Amino acid sequence: MTPEPGVRLRHRHLLGIEPLDAGEIGLILDTAESFLEISTRPIKKVPTLRGRTIVNLFMEPSTRTRSSFEIAEKRLSADSLNFSVSGSSVSKGESLLDTARNLEAMAPDMIVVRHSAAGAPHMLARACRSIIVNAGDGAHEHPTQALLDAFTMRQKKGKLAGLKVAIVGDLLHSRVVRSNIFLLGKVGAEVHVSGPPTLIPPGLDRLGVKVVTRMETALEGADVIMMLRVQRERMVRGAFPSVREYFNLYGLTEERVRLARKDVIVMHPGPINRGVEIAAEVADGPTSVILDQVTNGVAVRMAVLYLLSGGAGSELAS
Amino acid sequence: MNWLLKGGRVVDPAARLDAVRDVLVRDGKIVRVGESIPADNSRVLDLKGKVVAPGFIDMHVHLREPGREDEETMESGGAAAAAGGFTSIAVMPNTDPWNDSQSVTEYIVSQARSRCPVNVYPIGCVSKQGKGEELAEIGDMVKSGIVAISDDGHPVASAHLMRMALEYTRIFGIPVIDHCEERSLSCGGVMHEGFHSTLLGLKGAPAASEEILVARDLILAEMTGGRIHIAHLSTRRSLEKVREAKARGIAVTCEVTPHHFSLTDAAVAESHYDTNTKMNPPLREESDRQAMLQGLADGTVDAIASDHAPHNRIEKEMEFDQAPFGILGLETSVSLALDRLFHAGLLDLTRLVGLYTTSPARILGLERGTLAAGVPADITVLDLEKSVSVDQGGFRSKSRNAPYQGWKLRGAPVLTMVGGRIAFDGRS
Ligand SMILES: [Zn+2]
Ligand SMILES: [Zn+2]
Repeated sequence: MTPEPGVRLRHRHLLGIEPLDAGEIGLILDTAESFLEISTRPIKKVPTLRGRTIVNLFMEPSTRTRSSFEIAEKRLSADSLNFSVSGSSVSKGESLLDTARNLEAMAPDMIVVRHSAAGAPHMLARACRSIIVNAGDGAHEHPTQALLDAFTMRQKKGKLAGLKVAIVGDLLHSRVVRSNIFLLGKVGAEVHVSGPPTLIPPGLDRLGVKVVTRMETALEGADVIMMLRVQRERMVRGAFPSVREYFNLYGLTEERVRLARKDVIVMHPGPINRGVEIAAEVADGPTSVILDQVTNGVAVRMAVLYLLSGGAGSELAS
Repeated sequence: MNWLLKGGRVVDPAARLDAVRDVLVRDGKIVRVGESIPADNSRVLDLKGKVVAPGFIDMHVHLREPGREDEETMESGGAAAAAGGFTSIAVMPNTDPWNDSQSVTEYIVSQARSRCPVNVYPIGCVSKQGKGEELAEIGDMVKSGIVAISDDGHPVASAHLMRMALEYTRIFGIPVIDHCEERSLSCGGVMHEGFHSTLLGLKGAPAASEEILVARDLILAEMTGGRIHIAHLSTRRSLEKVREAKARGIAVTCEVTPHHFSLTDAAVAESHYDTNTKMNPPLREESDRQAMLQGLADGTVDAIASDHAPHNRIEKEMEFDQAPFGILGLETSVSLALDRLFHAGLLDLTRLVGLYTTSPARILGLERGTLAAGVPADITVLDLEKSVSVDQGGFRSKSRNAPYQGWKLRGAPVLTMVGGRIAFDGRS
């Protein structure tokens, strides 16, 4: 599949899904399809980003997202450098801007940033010359996750418009949920969210989603169920009484999956807490597409890096 | 130096005066306000077309001295105040050390007298080191010149301590100024909790965290007969509670900041996490902002105070949730009020001038805020039509943390006289 000529990313950085329009989202997903094939070749590498330097600045631990970006960069032949929080000087009290200025001295073409503070990528975009890719900022956005989620939905369902997507769990601390709500709204999917009221941030309904406290209501007739990780490390104390009670009210069991459409797919951004937000049988069962999400993540990130680095001019695949 | 301020429109709410008059100043005091006063041997300032008002008072300023002279000093804060049209400022005690004892109060008073171009009125702590545990030596500090007590920066968390403060200050007749925030509810919030905090993924502080403490303070003020002043009131319901309490005769007053009547929490999103939109209390919603405008117009709000909070660049250049709260206010307050309140048709000039003069003087018990014969010649001159483009590069303050860069405003202070001496002259 070749991207429609003339459609380009209008933004220099990928700071979030919110600023994108449906055309740009479509372009990224279409581009990712051509990259998916590369991962099936015996030699999984193209010279597209040869000579480009990409810094992976991970100021919050995240093995999965970092590995996915690293693989994407390697398959595009970019030179990548990893800065993670434990190894960097951040722990010595150096500010994000100091770190960014030091990185700039190495003249990277792109910086992929993961940070525990919402807005950190925006700050870098103001301070640096490099192209910034948001790999997750606090409880704000995680745009490449939403893109790979959408890619997976489109892959399994053949479309995005008109899908009923149920998102369940810790909505308050999730950056995945914001990016997904923005994206699904832009492409015409219908989003229903559910979770304990203590974990629903105010004004979500103003983003065009249906908010219900009973999980079962959200699941009824869903094409897609997306479970969110219970982020116990970020949890406000007292948001729910116990993990056991949480699972009873909001855990995804096989019985609850049956409320959705027969051909429902179950998604999860990982890492999974089996027995907390999702039953092991569901996570590993036939409706689960969790591992496809991981595979697709590499192709989507390749597409993002490729398009942001100038796309059209360079050769896509040899 | 003797001055004759000639031909200005004199607006003195205390004297119920709004007319073209001359003002005669001799030996640092106002001698007379009248029609066509002869110049004799005084220097004449032609103020035709300008507004001549009693010297403006900002009753909520953080001067940072002693302790953080890198952010603001007596000189820089005083120059900023004078350029902003203020002749007097009341300074909060959360310095380093806290102003919780007679010796710190005396240090501030003596330093201000020799180094600050405007009058400085210290506010003492409610509690020792602002820790909220036991009362500071309020009587001693009153002797040395404090005009109110506050643990601003922190709320007075303990209801018992607030009760003690309200009862004890009845000896001196000074108000207790509270930063109303129930911290077990706002815990860790970095902006107003609402649609925009949800959109931005930032931890919110709900309006209720302010309202709960306002309600508590009003109940305690009624119980004790003490005087409570609500600092930087910012929510619609806080204002309703104050309005009800005033109607019932409770001794309560309140102030509103220019940022709370000119900005909302949407500014955090629109500025893409600019830490100059981070303050405490946070910028609220449009309905709250409208309520502030209403309260300013109907008299529920007693004073406009800037909560001038200088922070150095490095501290504000942090991730949003790690940056300190607070913005500058001295140099933009009056233009914001003229543009957004007077020119917007919400307030007449007498009411606006009263918010900066008569009311804060009454709340703090200052013999200022009027142009009556015999009082120190503190005078603020306004040009209602001067167009201002906010440029923080030109601020007198040592810090730069303001969210108004590039704003175009109509109306500005153009001359400030403190005790008969010109502290700022911006007439062109
Ligand atoms: Zn305060
Ligand atoms: Zn303050």
